[in-house]
Amino acid sequence: MSETKLQIQNLSLYYGTHQVLKNICLDVLSHEILGIIGPASSGKTSLLRALNRLNDDVPKFRKEGEVLLEGENIYTDLPVWMVRKRIGMIFALPTPLPLSIYENVAYGPRVHGMNQKKILDKIVEETLQSAFLWDEVKDRLDHPAMRLSGGQQQRLCIARTLAVQPEVILYDEPCSGLDPISTAKVEEAMTMLKSRYTQILVTNNTKQAARVSDRTAFFLMGEMVEINKTEKIFTIPQDKRTEDYVSGRFG
Amino acid sequence: MEVKFSRPAHHRWIEFAVEKAIFGAGIISIIFVALIFLFLLKEGLVLFRHYPFTNFFFGIQWSPISEPPRLGIVPLILGSLAVTLGAVVMAVPLGVCAAIYIAEIAPGWLKDILKGTVEFLAAIPSIVLGFIGLVTLVPMVKNIFHIPTGLTAFSGSIMLAFMAMPTIVSMMEDSLRAVPRAYREGALALGATRWQTIYRVLIPAASSGILAAVMLGIGRVIGETMAVMMITGNSARLPTTLLEPVRTMTATIAAEMGEAVQGSTHYSSLFAIGIVLFIITFLINLTASAFIKRRK
Repeated sequence: MSETKLQIQNLSLYYGTHQVLKNICLDVLSHEILGIIGPASSGKTSLLRALNRLNDDVPKFRKEGEVLLEGENIYTDLPVWMVRKRIGMIFALPTPLPLSIYENVAYGPRVHGMNQKKILDKIVEETLQSAFLWDEVKDRLDHPAMRLSGGQQQRLCIARTLAVQPEVILYDEPCSGLDPISTAKVEEAMTMLKSRYTQILVTNNTKQAARVSDRTAFFLMGEMVEINKTEKIFTIPQDKRTEDYVSGRFG
Repeated sequence: MEVKFSRPAHHRWIEFAVEKAIFGAGIISIIFVALIFLFLLKEGLVLFRHYPFTNFFFGIQWSPISEPPRLGIVPLILGSLAVTLGAVVMAVPLGVCAAIYIAEIAPGWLKDILKGTVEFLAAIPSIVLGFIGLVTLVPMVKNIFHIPTGLTAFSGSIMLAFMAMPTIVSMMEDSLRAVPRAYREGALALGATRWQTIYRVLIPAASSGILAAVMLGIGRVIGETMAVMMITGNSARLPTTLLEPVRTMTATIAAEMGEAVQGSTHYSSLFAIGIVLFIITFLINLTASAFIKRRK
């Protein structure tokens, strides 16, 4: 395939003395959708939070190992805001800010110093279109974002993340609270975004990983059990534990 | 196993009695407020039988024992206003900053110490703050501004700012902390710095709580009596600057109620001041609770 976007090297994460991620080595390739599946407390979310450096403010958090974004260490070579701009994150629950639809999308560019109304207008329109939300909200951009439905809020969050022009987008169970139709729309958006972004999708829904991801990794108890092309993980898994999980025998 | 339950009949009576008792306790507080207000009205409104309404509200001289008495409350309202506004101007920015620091920036252990200390400040009786102010602050103000007396509206404002701080800080801190973590992480995940997150997301999200805190702080300040009486100089003249002695509405009532002949014009004029105060604080609390409601 193509070149490596993100290199995760021997990454271990601890909250206090509790180890949540054990020595993970993983290369994420440019423009792929990497699915990460696994049961609860397998370390999937912790991995995403470490990639966005959201754990920085968590007391007693400790990490070992490195993460390189195109060769640059995200913990030492780059300022934290730059890491978060280049590696965006979508949370499990849609988290629109208590602002209007427009301001939610414009928030990111604004914090990065963009104040020209014309350019902001353009960013808002383009990103809302990329997130398949524009047609539903174009006549009420000044309405509070909180009034959108759950699925619309989640797509708004995707648009908001796109607005700061990230290179990598992390999804933390983005559809866990959404109905099947909203889920389909979010998945459609992800597929369309493949040409421009590298995406990592953490999901509890193995079928979702099967539908949208190019490669899939299976995590269990903080370890990465297996990673392979998605069709292989779901048809001829190498590890017994992966097979049990994807066939629904546990988890 | 089949168990047969048979509840004793008195359970129903207990239920009934408790319900009524709680209802009674709730209604009593409302009745008391209504009675207090009625009593105020009854004693205060008598004034306007002998004394013209406009002279009371727009008169600029307060000399109740002159002959005939002059009962204009403009100097007292201005006194209260000067002291309150001064206190708010000092307490609000300080309080906002302190609350933000405690809620967002201070590390865990320091947070507890700071919050505890600020709340402890609220426990100091106002009279104690008053006499500390009298012996430390008043001479200081006198020396700094080279004025004949340090007993001024300005000194009172500083003192009251101290008293309003705990209310403001502690309520604001609560409302900042009540902002969902998701907002914070949502903003941070976009690359916003801590200050950008506080300024553009947290403060707007907590704004109704912040405004409510300010209103309650003002309510506390405008109703304060003893400390103000001790350090504002107690002179019921029309103030022109903050560096002059003033007298607030509360201090006037406290100082003169003892010597006013019951049933006299002077006596009922003090009650009328009480009504004015009551209405002002009522409006302030109403605004505050409107802000708190909007948050929900």
